[in-house]
Amino acid sequence: MSQKTINWYKYAAPANFYPLAGKMIPWFTAITVILFAAGLYVGFFVAPTWGGDQKESYHIIFIHVPAAWMGMFLYVLMAIYAGIGWAFNARLASMMATAISTTGAIFTFISLVTGSLWGRPAWGVWWVWDARMTSTLILLFLYIGFISLQSSIDDPRRADRTGAVLALVGLINVPIIYFSVQWWNTLHQGATITAKGYRMVPSQLAAMLLLLAACWMYSIAVVLARVRYIIREREREAPWLSAETVSQTRPSVKLKLEL
Amino acid sequence: MGGYGLYVWGAYGVTLVLLGGEVIMLLKRKRDLKKRATSPQLETRSTIRETL
Repeated sequence: MSQKTINWYKYAAPANFYPLAGKMIPWFTAITVILFAAGLYVGFFVAPTWGGDQKESYHIIFIHVPAAWMGMFLYVLMAIYAGIGWAFNARLASMMATAISTTGAIFTFISLVTGSLWGRPAWGVWWVWDARMTSTLILLFLYIGFISLQSSIDDPRRADRTGAVLALVGLINVPIIYFSVQWWNTLHQGATITAKGYRMVPSQLAAMLLLLAACWMYSIAVVLARVRYIIREREREAPWLSAETVSQTRPSVKLKLEL
Repeated sequence: MGGYGLYVWGAYGVTLVLLGGEVIMLLKRKRDLKKRATSPQLETRSTIRETL
């Protein structure tokens, strides 16, 4: 029996990854739209309003929790890519880290804003310096620091290495965010979903997980789009992008590479 | 929304604006790249645009 294997290393080369990413983006975009529509439908029309003192503001949870998780997941992913790029001198991995940073920062910002909008009716305050919120704010600053640091260095490979150091050092903040509600006495509530079970109605859990999946698919689509633009900008001198050079000198030649 | 409309719609509104804004920025970047491919004088760009 013949065994066909896929050479995954092939896609570590920007020239091979670029067209593959271009093919994947429409699929992830379509799945994102479907999952967002399904998650919002279940969240607003199927899931019951939480009883007790939280009432309709409970709808915020369906987007707040996925955004907060995405902020953390994407940071870990960014640090891993940055670390691989640094350790193995892999250009594409470093470009992926750069591409992830903006989306991660946006999700972290969304989690802070939606958390504040949840906190006002639930706790009576917009913000409090408790461990969960403060450590999440530090996560946002780490993202901003990573983006600013990379932007301030002209040489892309040096920017990648310096950014990787910051990303890896900042990784220590992720378990602090996750366990903050256990380690310290916080105003922020404890974990809704644990290994032992969940403290929600199943339809509420379904809405939250659908929106989490939607946020994942969205992140993949925008990160792939951004990494393609980064590849085009950084590798513009590469022979495989030479069609672009030809088109610059001879405008009549049609640009074959689709953006 | 039982008097919580401002908070609920505010949360979803902020999410829509930020994620939509990210997509618009990416589309703008795509347009800029296409422009740059046809006009060499636009080759030099600030590095902050490349990161975002």
